[in-house]
Amino acid sequence: MTENTFKKVVNRASLTPLFKDGISILFGGFGGVGTPPGLVDLILETGIKNLTLIGTDAGFPDIGIGKVITKKQAKKLIVSHIGSNPNAGTYMNTGELEIEFSPQGTLIERIRAGGMGLGGILSDIGIEAEIVNRSKEKVKVAKKEYLIEPAITGDIAIVYAKKADYYGNLIFDKSARNSNPYVAMAGKITIVEALEIVPIGSLNPEEIITPGVFINYIVQSKGVNWQWAWEQK
Amino acid sequence: MGMGAEIRKKLAKRAAQEIKEGMLVNLGIGIPSLVPDFLPGSFPVMFHAENGIIGMGPSSEPGKEDENLCNAGGYPVTLQTGGSYCDGAMAFGIIRSKRIDLTILGALQVSEKGDLANWIVPGKRIPGMGGAMDLAAKAKKVIVVMNHFDKSGTSKLVKACTLPLTAPNCVHMIITEMGVFNVTFEGLLLTDLFEPYTFADVIAKTEAEVKRAKQIRIIKER
Repeated sequence: MTENTFKKVVNRASLTPLFKDGISILFGGFGGVGTPPGLVDLILETGIKNLTLIGTDAGFPDIGIGKVITKKQAKKLIVSHIGSNPNAGTYMNTGELEIEFSPQGTLIERIRAGGMGLGGILSDIGIEAEIVNRSKEKVKVAKKEYLIEPAITGDIAIVYAKKADYYGNLIFDKSARNSNPYVAMAGKITIVEALEIVPIGSLNPEEIITPGVFINYIVQSKGVNWQWAWEQK
Repeated sequence: MGMGAEIRKKLAKRAAQEIKEGMLVNLGIGIPSLVPDFLPGSFPVMFHAENGIIGMGPSSEPGKEDENLCNAGGYPVTLQTGGSYCDGAMAFGIIRSKRIDLTILGALQVSEKGDLANWIVPGKRIPGMGGAMDLAAKAKKVIVVMNHFDKSGTSKLVKACTLPLTAPNCVHMIITEMGVFNVTFEGLLLTDLFEPYTFADVIAKTEAEVKRAKQIRIIKER
């Protein structure tokens, strides 16, 4: 099946009406690797504001989701790390940007819980640290104490894949997989940007990482349009 | 951290001796990333990266970088034979379920109880903990490789950490330019000395209480 029978493959610009002020956006990626460049640009082009951005880290000032942060379109981040994007730290210090830090392994499990239809997870990571435990309940299970870490979902999830078929079955590329499979599950609407859009039936069913059931829209990628830190020497 | 290249290599070489056959190892950035250079070729070990690589190989050769194959610091690496990729939840599930045999990382302060502070630099912006809390709390063995002193010349081996903790009571061994310290129930035990330092030097320069092991190994220059 090469046709767009599930009507998921769309023109990127046609998705503009989905992007509204004040929404929460989950993004795949780790330091920009695996963050969908075309969908990041779509957020920039729409100029929407007061976003809550949820993902592993704040990228770099000109890489990945960092571009949206740099343009001051976010009011809140839920991330594990902002060290590679000084703008995030600056805006946090001026009070323009609220940042909720979550340990990286806990954050991905919270996103996974959201995508899996759970209310949250129990974790003892950072249980003694005020930055982690503030305003969270504790619970004892089998005599061991855990934090109740609430699940996370988002209004829109944006992910980056190596290949998508017309149903939205996805295969990722090496370490660019990272958070993408769980981000894909946790969006009320999930958009995948794929480097290759291939006919249904052309992906090996045993090798599909994310089943297309989680994907609402598929857009064609033109690839990364930023310079990586390691290219900037 | 203002440490000369030779000293950095010396510490990495010593840390490499703690990697045993068959281990799954996670290396932090900085000196820890030099450690694989001091393992014999084809040494049976797998390196884990929290962005989803099990069996991470050396850095890519110039011109052969793959933008979708990077280490947790964002720099292009390779995959060793037998390596695999996984998603972020699995990468951290491996950590939390105590399957990392050893992590080698840097630190700002380590206390004599093995408390680790390595994620907030005082007076600077908060970078976020990333995966540091997960790794420090759950790796089976945590080795800190660091400068003995901070920029103002103060001992980083302290009685009690004054900086926010990454994880309490998690460090097993500390390697500095002065020597190697094991964290024990009786406090820090000096097991190795790097020439030209003496036990008396270490005692004089270290805020934490240090005892000497029955036998101290002297590591000569080079």
